Amino acid sequence: MADEVILLDFWASMFGMRTKIALAEKRVKYDHREEDLWNKSSLLLEMNPIHEKIPVLIHNGKPVCESLIQIEYIDETWPDNNPLLPTDPYKRAHAKFWADFIDKKVNVTARRIWAVKGEEQEAAKELIEILKTLESELGDKKYFGDETFGYVDIALIGFHSWFAVYEKFGNVSIESECSKLVAWAKRCLERESVAKALPESEKVITFISERRKKLGLE
Amino acid sequence: MDEEVENKVILHGSFASPYSKRIELALRLKSIPYQFVQEDLQNKSQTLLRYNPVHKKIPVLVHNDPYRRSKVRFWANYIQLHLYDLVIKVVKSEGEEQKKALTEVKEKLSVIEKEGLKEIFSDTDGEPTVTNETMSLVDIVMCTLLSPYKAHEEVLGLKIIDPEIVPGVYGWINAINETSVVKDLSPPYEQILEILRAFRQMSLSPVLETYQS
Repeated sequence: MADEVILLDFWASMFGMRTKIALAEKRVKYDHREEDLWNKSSLLLEMNPIHEKIPVLIHNGKPVCESLIQIEYIDETWPDNNPLLPTDPYKRAHAKFWADFIDKKVNVTARRIWAVKGEEQEAAKELIEILKTLESELGDKKYFGDETFGYVDIALIGFHSWFAVYEKFGNVSIESECSKLVAWAKRCLERESVAKALPESEKVITFISERRKKLGLE
Repeated sequence: MDEEVENKVILHGSFASPYSKRIELALRLKSIPYQFVQEDLQNKSQTLLRYNPVHKKIPVLVHNDPYRRSKVRFWANYIQLHLYDLVIKVVKSEGEEQKKALTEVKEKLSVIEKEGLKEIFSDTDGEPTVTNETMSLVDIVMCTLLSPYKAHEEVLGLKIIDPEIVPGVYGWINAINETSVVKDLSPPYEQILEILRAFRQMSLSPVLETYQS
């Protein structure tokens, strides 16, 4: 019986990127479906009635929602290659702590840079602090998972495609303030799974400029 | 035995926090003994800030902290190596010899007071807290040596653990003695006195002993 895997996604979503990367790392074949977030499909609303958000992973008709939960699900369902999480309970807890930190802090702050009038500077400063904290957790390691690309790397890397947006509208240079983190991102981008999942920064800037116009911020 | 005693779980939390309660429930459902450290959220302990520097929040679960384990082993070893023989010497000797041994005992107790307590009880910033659930290797070693110190003091007519000079150690040994497990295992006070007296008598005059009919 063949596995049927569908991913409901949006090209610019850093959360959708996580799931695409995880599926690619595990070499899972799936049907990628692009959603229009302003005209959501009935499938999306049916499969994620609680949040009505992407990404939604549908495996043999059963939905798995929330990107970090999807990464864990993918790791457990296809365990034979490229483990995404460590086996040791303490190391797993440590990885989940940092993914949780990313979820609690990064987007909430970063969003204010481009989506809220008057908060660009403050939010940009806060974002740099958050990225610096992550940088210090990375330390001199190749990846957050040490030698292997994994859970925390996947949780964070999608945001790299948005760095140009934050730099433009927040008037800040992530490249100079967090050079080690940018170097880490470049290493991750050498992986095919990441390069294929992340859109061009220019495309994201264009998209957000349009959004800002519609929100009356330009 | 060493490993069992050292499998320590500490939970930093707050009685009013539902997040803290989640962890307590989970630990109890799994029958995992743990030490609870109540944090004053307006005045967080140094230990909490060290364990959770990123969010500075409770609950924090500490499991088998290897640094702490090595400290506990160090002090258990210190007590065994440096105090055991000295205390026995104080009981077995008299005059100058006893005076010298007692001075050394007091010196070692001072070291424990100044340096040991803050490392052994790092979670409570040096305040000795001992319960059945939290007794560790070093509590056991301390207990088996000095729990009957009052009996020692009565038999010898000397103060060994002076609450004015070593209040922390005094508090510690009394906390150990208050636990139900130690209370259950301690022989009656009178019996301890009797044994100590006989032991001291035998040590001081072995020659006489051999010639008694």
